[in-house]
Amino acid sequence: MSDMWINMGPQHPMNHGLWNLKVRVDGEIIVESIPILGYLHRGVEKLCEKRDYNQIIPLMDRLCYVSSLTWAHAYCISVEEMMDLEIPDRAKYLRVIALELQRVASHLMWLAAFAPDLGMFSAYLYSMREREHWLDMLQWLTGARMNQNYPRIGGVRNDMPDGFPDRCIKELDYFEKKLGQYRQLFDDNKLFRMRTMGVGILSKEDALDLGVTGPVLRGSNCPIDMRTHDPYEVYDELDWEVQVGKDGDVYSRYTVRIGEMRESCRIIRDALKKIPDGPVRVKAPLRPTGQGFRRTEDSRGEALIYIIGQGGESPYRLKIRSPMFAIMRAVPVMLKGASVADLLAIMGSVDICIGDTDK
Amino acid sequence: MSSWINLYNISYAIGEFVMGIVAAILNFFGQWIGPLSDLADWLMSVNVLNLVAIFIGGAVVMVFVSIINLFIIMWIERKMYGRIHDRRGIMLPGPWKKTHKGTGFLQNLADGMKLIQKELITPKNADKWMYDIAPAIIATTSILAFVAIPFSETFYVANINGGLIFILAILAIAPFAVVLAGWSSNNKFTLIGGLRGAALMLSYEIPLILSVIGVILLSGSLNPIEIVQAQQQTSVLGVENWYIIPLFPAVIVFMVALFAELERLPFDLPEAEAELVEGWLTEYSGMRFGLVFVSKWVRTYAGAALITILFLGGWSGPVLPGELWFIIKSYIVFVIIVWATWSFPRSRIDQIVRIGWNWLIPIAIISIVIAAAFKWVGWF
Repeated sequence: MSDMWINMGPQHPMNHGLWNLKVRVDGEIIVESIPILGYLHRGVEKLCEKRDYNQIIPLMDRLCYVSSLTWAHAYCISVEEMMDLEIPDRAKYLRVIALELQRVASHLMWLAAFAPDLGMFSAYLYSMREREHWLDMLQWLTGARMNQNYPRIGGVRNDMPDGFPDRCIKELDYFEKKLGQYRQLFDDNKLFRMRTMGVGILSKEDALDLGVTGPVLRGSNCPIDMRTHDPYEVYDELDWEVQVGKDGDVYSRYTVRIGEMRESCRIIRDALKKIPDGPVRVKAPLRPTGQGFRRTEDSRGEALIYIIGQGGESPYRLKIRSPMFAIMRAVPVMLKGASVADLLAIMGSVDICIGDTDK
Repeated sequence: MSSWINLYNISYAIGEFVMGIVAAILNFFGQWIGPLSDLADWLMSVNVLNLVAIFIGGAVVMVFVSIINLFIIMWIERKMYGRIHDRRGIMLPGPWKKTHKGTGFLQNLADGMKLIQKELITPKNADKWMYDIAPAIIATTSILAFVAIPFSETFYVANINGGLIFILAILAIAPFAVVLAGWSSNNKFTLIGGLRGAALMLSYEIPLILSVIGVILLSGSLNPIEIVQAQQQTSVLGVENWYIIPLFPAVIVFMVALFAELERLPFDLPEAEAELVEGWLTEYSGMRFGLVFVSKWVRTYAGAALITILFLGGWSGPVLPGELWFIIKSYIVFVIIVWATWSFPRSRIDQIVRIGWNWLIPIAIISIVIAAAFKWVGWF
């Protein structure tokens, strides 16, 4: 069989989102691949120029539907940088708690998408079951399951409800027990290791050259995490470690994400212990001028928002740096020489979110 | 207890009764038209009655295998993997409670009704004749395997001397139809699926047949009934010595090769739904899809029945009638197959082929050596 082009998308069970991957295969081996993006472009950056600063927060929530809180937070922290606004300590801790709740929910959504790609449909339902607990916690804290609209410029919208820490710790205990079960289901499974080890290798040099960030970069043995590399909020005061994988293959990315879920549990425990009393929001100035630029760690990588205000109701310009857009560029490097079956494992391991890729 | 129903005698009695009525009518008209009496005599002759008995017996087994038993095993699988998934599975369309505590036994019937109502779509550039005939080949060969599978000493359609070879051969035809369907659909995904099916067949037919050779050596027969009788005759301390004990490696090889043969989940590459949409089945719709889908379960039950006959002593067991023992054992094997199916990820084509050649064939050969050694020592 000679070469042929296969269109994996825009409607194909492989893509979790609306995009197209054109693959040229020689038998089952992938020779070349071209990711085609833009099906979901909504012009968010331009929309932001016509809205005032508080109206942009719900818009940022809708950038990535799996990890919306981190994007709203990235926007708020950039605007605070522009305003030179110092927010109260309690608000910082609350933000960290909410962000980590969101991160675990997002990583569980990744697991729920990754496992059925490899044919483990059971694991999909298990991780969705666990995610429900985390969404319950987020709903209790912020009032919504999906687009939370929780961070505000100058703090957070509301304080945590009564009895939140106790129930949160109960859920953490439950979840850490479940993580042990995942270990039995995945790591101790010979077929799972056969499918993931040594597949889709991305070397450290390639990853850095292509601007890859997040768990994919840390899977390639490069310990760069914006939470420690360029600390924001109170991450440097809390007790946790950056997760690094060894080989840069699918299995390393899997271990990094599982480790991050465990570390997020540690962060939430520590933050609930150290959280001070006080107000949760300060008043922000109107019509700011200046430039704001802040790098934050999204569930998928480095989420960066660059904002320019020129004294108007709304920002003059807002630039979103989406981590998935850069990782998409690295996809052909990872896919080269893999087989069609490996494509599933590789694309599953990078955790695609088309919402923030296409903006 | 041995067997309960003598299928042949019952079918013969029914056939004789029906033919008797026909012959009486013919004799009545034979008063005026001579040749009709001769026809009545011919119809009541032993050869014709034998033929009718075989037809009736075959119809009984077909109805059991492809309707009653099929609904039961599909229900077991869907309910069981629902429980593995930590959910309740099918529950509403059942004959009893229609709440979340219901059994949902008729869900598969409802699905079948839906599939019958759907349009049969043929792709524009498909090879129409091949495309139409592939599901028919799969469905007929799957059900045909039960011609030679005995449910007890007296409950069978045909007592063939080379029955085991017939069963393995008829089950090996379906992968050919997979290639046919994959090619004729004129779609890239179905083509890759069909070629994967061919690769799978090449590497897994051999261990499947090699693992059976040990059984043939020990029992000295290719007839399923005689294989079971051989297991009943050899006993250690009064307990029947089923071949699962001396030939345990062969059971493992047979089971793994069966998964590939049945295209079940660790090895369901020809229809890997995540990468190839639905593999070689992508273009099929309506009841053509339904036929293929359902014959997967028929084949799975044939595999479970084969394991029961070859390694688990068939219908032998205390107290209960033999047919019931056979069904209980084959359902237990089926449940094990379902359990394994829903707990493993899908493997890759090169890994599957490597497992087949590097592990299964050597283990199968070891089991043959073990069987030969037992035979030489004289324990069996």
